[in-house]
Amino acid sequence: MAVAIVLLLVAVGSVLFHIYSPWWWTPIATNWRYIDDTINITFWITGAVFFAVIAFMAYCVFRFHHKEGRQAAYNPENKRLEWWLTVGTAIGVGAMLAPGLVVWHQFVTVPADATEIEVMGQQWNWSFRLPGKDGRMGTTDVRYVSSDNPMGLNPDDKHGQDDVVIASDDLHLPVGKPVKVLLRSLDVLHDFYVPEFRAKMDMVPGMVTYFWMTPIRTGTFDVLCAELCGTAHAQMRAKVIVDEESDYRAWLEKQKTFAELSGRSAVKRATYESGGK
Amino acid sequence: MVDVPYDRIADVPPAEVPEVELYHPKSWWTQYVFSQDAKVIAIQYSLTATAIGLVALVLSWLMRLQLGFPGTFSFIDANQYLQFITMHGMIMVIYLLTALFLGGFGNYLIPLMVGARDMVFPYVNMLSYWVYLLAVLVLASTFFVPGGPTGAGWTLYPPQAILSGTPGQDWGIILMLTSLILFIIGFTMGGLNYVVTVLQARTRGMTLMRMPLTVWGIFTATVMALLAFPALFVASVMMLFDRLLGTSFFMPALVEMGQQLKYGGGSPILFQHLFWFFGHPEVYIVALPAFGIVSDLISTHARKNIFGYRMMVWAIVAIGALSFIVWAHHMYVSGMHPTFGFFFATTTLIIAIPTAIKVYNWVLTLWRGDIHLTVPMLFALGFIITFVNGGLTGLFLGNVVVDVPLSDTMFVVAHFHMVMGVAPIMVVLGAIYHWYPKVTGRMLDDWMGKFHFWVTFLGAYLIFFPMHYLGLQGVPRRYHDLGEAAFITPSVHTLNAFITVVALIVGFAQMVFLFNLVWSYFKGRPSGGNPWRATTLEWQTPETPPGHGNWGKELPVVYRWAYDYSVPGAKEDFIPQNQPPATRAVQGAAT
Repeated sequence: MAVAIVLLLVAVGSVLFHIYSPWWWTPIATNWRYIDDTINITFWITGAVFFAVIAFMAYCVFRFHHKEGRQAAYNPENKRLEWWLTVGTAIGVGAMLAPGLVVWHQFVTVPADATEIEVMGQQWNWSFRLPGKDGRMGTTDVRYVSSDNPMGLNPDDKHGQDDVVIASDDLHLPVGKPVKVLLRSLDVLHDFYVPEFRAKMDMVPGMVTYFWMTPIRTGTFDVLCAELCGTAHAQMRAKVIVDEESDYRAWLEKQKTFAELSGRSAVKRATYESGGK
Repeated sequence: MVDVPYDRIADVPPAEVPEVELYHPKSWWTQYVFSQDAKVIAIQYSLTATAIGLVALVLSWLMRLQLGFPGTFSFIDANQYLQFITMHGMIMVIYLLTALFLGGFGNYLIPLMVGARDMVFPYVNMLSYWVYLLAVLVLASTFFVPGGPTGAGWTLYPPQAILSGTPGQDWGIILMLTSLILFIIGFTMGGLNYVVTVLQARTRGMTLMRMPLTVWGIFTATVMALLAFPALFVASVMMLFDRLLGTSFFMPALVEMGQQLKYGGGSPILFQHLFWFFGHPEVYIVALPAFGIVSDLISTHARKNIFGYRMMVWAIVAIGALSFIVWAHHMYVSGMHPTFGFFFATTTLIIAIPTAIKVYNWVLTLWRGDIHLTVPMLFALGFIITFVNGGLTGLFLGNVVVDVPLSDTMFVVAHFHMVMGVAPIMVVLGAIYHWYPKVTGRMLDDWMGKFHFWVTFLGAYLIFFPMHYLGLQGVPRRYHDLGEAAFITPSVHTLNAFITVVALIVGFAQMVFLFNLVWSYFKGRPSGGNPWRATTLEWQTPETPPGHGNWGKELPVVYRWAYDYSVPGAKEDFIPQNQPPATRAVQGAAT
């Protein structure tokens, strides 16, 4: 009796905890509401199954616990019941998988009008790059990385000269515009993680990964690293600020391009070389 | 509804099993230390696994202290925290659970349950244990080498696992990989033994479809392990080469702390594929023996045949096979080609179907049973709850798009602890209460057992159920300190402190269990040969504990399946597998 009640309380308590939990997802800031919807569908289906199985088990313990003279039934198999349960389970699984795959299809289909931006991780900070006036970002390679060129841009690529390089500052994004976030790492795995965005993806040295999203509300959001990257993994932070279009433009005006940043250092080098002669 | 009867005691004509020449020990050393008796080897495996498991338990306390009360314990810094989580995970998954289920329960139960005198290759079986012990010692030694153990996370993802930004880069990672290689060598020796024994050394009448599900679970898990561990083996060798010889299997061109390194052309994602090609089957290598054992616990203590035996066997085999084509669901956000997501989400959710069948059949076995709420039965019930809970959250993480926000958060930590930590350990504990009488001839103390169960079960549930919601809120895993972030509310810290307090209580409850194990060995109530009135062969041995060779002069002959409980018309509520049908007819006539 007591055991059956405790088992039932575990099931009821879990459901109540779910309903009254103060711990819940952050208010969403991108177009990925569908992901939240799919999670909700999954909560409903799995919650119902969980409650049903545990409640049935608790009932069995209550009804059939050992008493003097009780004899168990002998029924090795029941094909009809087993098939019925199998089919029911398959339907439940399908009800979660189908919307999941539909949303995944959206997730991996980047809209044609998405602006490419780049996030680069290294132990243990973030850098960002935006395409310049030509709308294209230049090529990169880790061989070009130096203290003057922390993101490793190809100095000979004309598309790279007007790229906006943000080496140790916050990233700004305009609200309502789809962005394709290209992800790159110089050293180890990192993961560009903003809980409010829902989307995230690992950054892998030697390759470029991506995801896309459309910010739907303005605000300041914390960037964390979600893939273990060594000692200071927990301190690898930055901020993303989603602005109205006009504020974004104003911010963008103030940023330096690759040519401006490297030009200044090129001048320094030239002076040094001529001074040496 | 049509009830189909099972295995109406018909044909028992299989070939004679020839006598086996056993090596009989000549001294104390060969009887208890370098023993070739599978039962002694099983105890050696179990004690070694438990010893290193206690280290993992202490590590979990340390990391919970840090998470619950960050900044309070000055002796835990970021590096040590990472070393703690790495060693805790690796020890629990491989050196404790795998070794205990296969090396411990497998060695003890397979020969007894199939009616064999011993494993078919006793000498190799002995070697298997000693190589395992060496692997454990190498692993433990990393706590004492310069730089300490590796802090790369139990997944050991390169490049960081072998670069200087990660603790344990000097010795820790090298010894970790060496230890894994040794473990796999040792396991392969044992694993071949288990498979060949099940296939070749079953006694007369023990057809495959009459084996207890415990044997089916351990057997299938062993076959899977023999296929999955080689992937980890080559990955470990390749990473050792990358670390020691400067090869670039997993290392692309990269810049570390401003320095260009000499690596180039390798792929970090290749390692992840190899690791999870091992790692996902590994989940089921731990789960399938638990599935099998818990089926037998439920059946025995509910005095009722397991419901849908044939379906249970096929579900075990189907899960084992499917588990080899779901590995990349651990890699949805790894940067692999996104189209993979469609395939792996589908296979992953399909595996839920045979798994659900097993759950239904466990609870349907309780239906109209005669449920004895013994300690093993309580642990079995605890297993069902935690496994159902953890299995269902797997449907979140397996469904590719739902995984995207939840991956690398505490939701994942909560999920896998529930499903492959708490649930299998419930079975391990239940199984120890169940078979301890056979191993020692004495019962474990019931009162201590019930106390141990309730604290462990309710405590573990209170630890891991709320933890999912931390992950839902976005709290990342592998953070020694959450720091400042707008989404991390004060209530997150409150819950973390609560979880820590419960974790310490659950940890100390295990001390009661250890005390019970020792106390009952000397003072426990004598159990007799078959205290649970069970049908399977290990309870029918002439001696308890069984002697070397298990059976007396003659091997038992099996006449029926393992689940003849409460057969209508029978005198007792169980009929041992080796009881001939004639006796049964007489019994039927008598009543």
